[in-house]
Amino acid sequence: MPDLIEHDEQPAVSSREEAAASELARNAVAASVAPPDRMALAAEVVSSRAGGRSPSQILRLKLRRNRTAMVGLYTLAAMYAAAILAGFIAPYRYDNVRHDLPFYPPMLTRIHIFDEQGHLSRPFVYGLVPVDPQLASYRDDTSKKYPIRFFVSGDSYRILWLVRSNTHLFGVDEPGHVFLFGSNQLGGDIFSRILYGAQISLSIGIIGILISTILGMIVGGVAGYFGGVTDFALMRSVEVLLALPSLYFILILRQLFGAAMSSTQIYFIIVVILSFIGWATEARVIRGMVMSLKEQEYVIAARAMGFSNSRIIIRHILPNTLSFVIVTATLSVPFFILGEVALSFLGVGIQEPEASWGNMLIAARSNRQLIDFPWVLTPGVFIFVAVMAWNFLGDGLRDAADPRTLS
Amino acid sequence: MKTFLLRRLLAAIPLIIVVTFITKAMLVASPGNFLDALRLNPSITRDYVTQLERKYHLDSNNVFERYWYWFWPALQGDFGYSFTKSAPVSSLIGERVLNTLLLTGSALVFSWVFAIPLGVLAAVYRNRWADKLIGFISFFGLSIPSVFFSLLMILFAAKTGLFPAGGIHDQAMWEVMTPWQKLIDTLWHLVLPMIVLGTIGLAQYVRQMRSEMIETLSQDYIRTARAKGLSRWRVLTRHALGNAINPLVTIFGFSLATLLAGALLTESVFGWPGLGVLTFDALVDKDEPLVMASVVMLVLMLVIGNLIADILLAIIDPRIRLD
Repeated sequence: MPDLIEHDEQPAVSSREEAAASELARNAVAASVAPPDRMALAAEVVSSRAGGRSPSQILRLKLRRNRTAMVGLYTLAAMYAAAILAGFIAPYRYDNVRHDLPFYPPMLTRIHIFDEQGHLSRPFVYGLVPVDPQLASYRDDTSKKYPIRFFVSGDSYRILWLVRSNTHLFGVDEPGHVFLFGSNQLGGDIFSRILYGAQISLSIGIIGILISTILGMIVGGVAGYFGGVTDFALMRSVEVLLALPSLYFILILRQLFGAAMSSTQIYFIIVVILSFIGWATEARVIRGMVMSLKEQEYVIAARAMGFSNSRIIIRHILPNTLSFVIVTATLSVPFFILGEVALSFLGVGIQEPEASWGNMLIAARSNRQLIDFPWVLTPGVFIFVAVMAWNFLGDGLRDAADPRTLS
Repeated sequence: MKTFLLRRLLAAIPLIIVVTFITKAMLVASPGNFLDALRLNPSITRDYVTQLERKYHLDSNNVFERYWYWFWPALQGDFGYSFTKSAPVSSLIGERVLNTLLLTGSALVFSWVFAIPLGVLAAVYRNRWADKLIGFISFFGLSIPSVFFSLLMILFAAKTGLFPAGGIHDQAMWEVMTPWQKLIDTLWHLVLPMIVLGTIGLAQYVRQMRSEMIETLSQDYIRTARAKGLSRWRVLTRHALGNAINPLVTIFGFSLATLLAGALLTESVFGWPGLGVLTFDALVDKDEPLVMASVVMLVLMLVIGNLIADILLAIIDPRIRLD
């Protein structure tokens, strides 16, 4: 993978690395089309343990037994679900700001369940009073209590462009305000913005990996299948792409498009640029696998039957690389997430008022704000957790897809 | 050895040409140039801007022509004059390159010094708590975004006062310091960015070192050495380590690109005046001569770094001969 994140497969310039890549390919090939004796061995081991299951069932079994991988999977499921339901879970819209309440400290620890007399009551927060707006210092106004209500109406939102609603999971009555994770320099709710930001930061990983995997499969498939000059030319360009520090390349590509663009345009440009860099790893791996797969009997049979090259590549060869493609893709998702974070943080990515995890961290660039209001760092925790979860899952998938670990 | 070095350096020439040409092409194709700000200024006439455009050869959209205007003087060692900083590019870039080398070099040393013992430890105590702890640390290092990690470090530095919160040296006292104090001051400023940048590599090397060591320890010659009655320590250091470390050197060459890209973010957050931030600012300002020179420097650093990796590999592994 080019920079930003690192994995075991690294850009190659030597024959040593080529050997490693082809070994990876061989293992993966062994997984999909094992020679008879190996297959028999595998079947024996598997049937004694799992009772004759299909390869994908074995994969799922092995994955389910891997605790860290499952932790990663569930974490990701929760995060992506929260991103889809962002409008409902977030009490405010990403661009709903309270200019009179910048840098309000997190209220997560200020939700009271006892009132002044010490009686138990339903959870409530106090009203907010700015003491000195210049210093962003506040105190609770104990004369005003705002109970936390569920399914309240507020800003309107859409879920997946389809469902329009204005019911929120929780909230307090106006003019009270609830900042679970505090507020930012404009008085926007960081909790809500993290949820809306997740839509951008997390989806970039998925869309980017789809594009780059398709590109990588096409280039790798063509290079591996045809060989010769095609292979040479394609692989040299892959090597140049992998040998360069990708972030600089991304930034130079970013310059191609001016700064004046809508947020949707910027989003797509980021995805396209990152995929344009990201496909190289996939292409190299797939090429290695295709090169060994094309010598298999069934491919020769398909060729003898007169099928076209594109049909053989797409229908016969590429499906057999799938398990390995999935592993590589999963391990590559962090590259896209971190790429968006880097671009937005440097100011050439997603722009305000849109929220992304990268541009939310800009607030922490000023040392004064970082020190006085450390809660502006909260989005960083989410980036970290998301990347870690993808790494956990990818590692688990790799172990599960490895035919050498049969047990 | 000599022919090897010569051949590798010659091979770098087409790479530099291709990369600089692509960069130039992108710059030509991108909308606007550094004169845009002047154009918006009502007190500057259009004629003057056009004149400037001609002077800096910005009036042509022909990539080859524009590239030639840069390439020919650059070949003679003249990288031109920065558009925005009104100083020769060569004088701007020298110190920045040194700063980046200092940062990336120390980060490399940091990751190697910690990765090798940790990797060996994890392999020797495989599946025990030490291994699991080290495994978790390496996952942590692999997953923490460098932007976030840098910000956390600055917060830590500012709250505790143990380290300076950014910069390369003490602005106020720098002029009156003795050379010795200057060195100490710079190293003190270096610690946190070095840790941030080194952690990425550390995680990667630990994982690799562990798996290589496990592989090596299962070899027959290790069992033979133990059977001969050699101590565990001697077998580990003299027999296993040398073989296990080999692939790590190969990875070192490949990780240089990663390191340089990571340096941009770390430099940017820590306010470390390195080549990365210089390049980024030049790109945003469309300061073409500066961008081109930085790109040349980056590619050179990569090529030389890879060369060093190859030489190291040849020193460690007697089976590899450079010719």
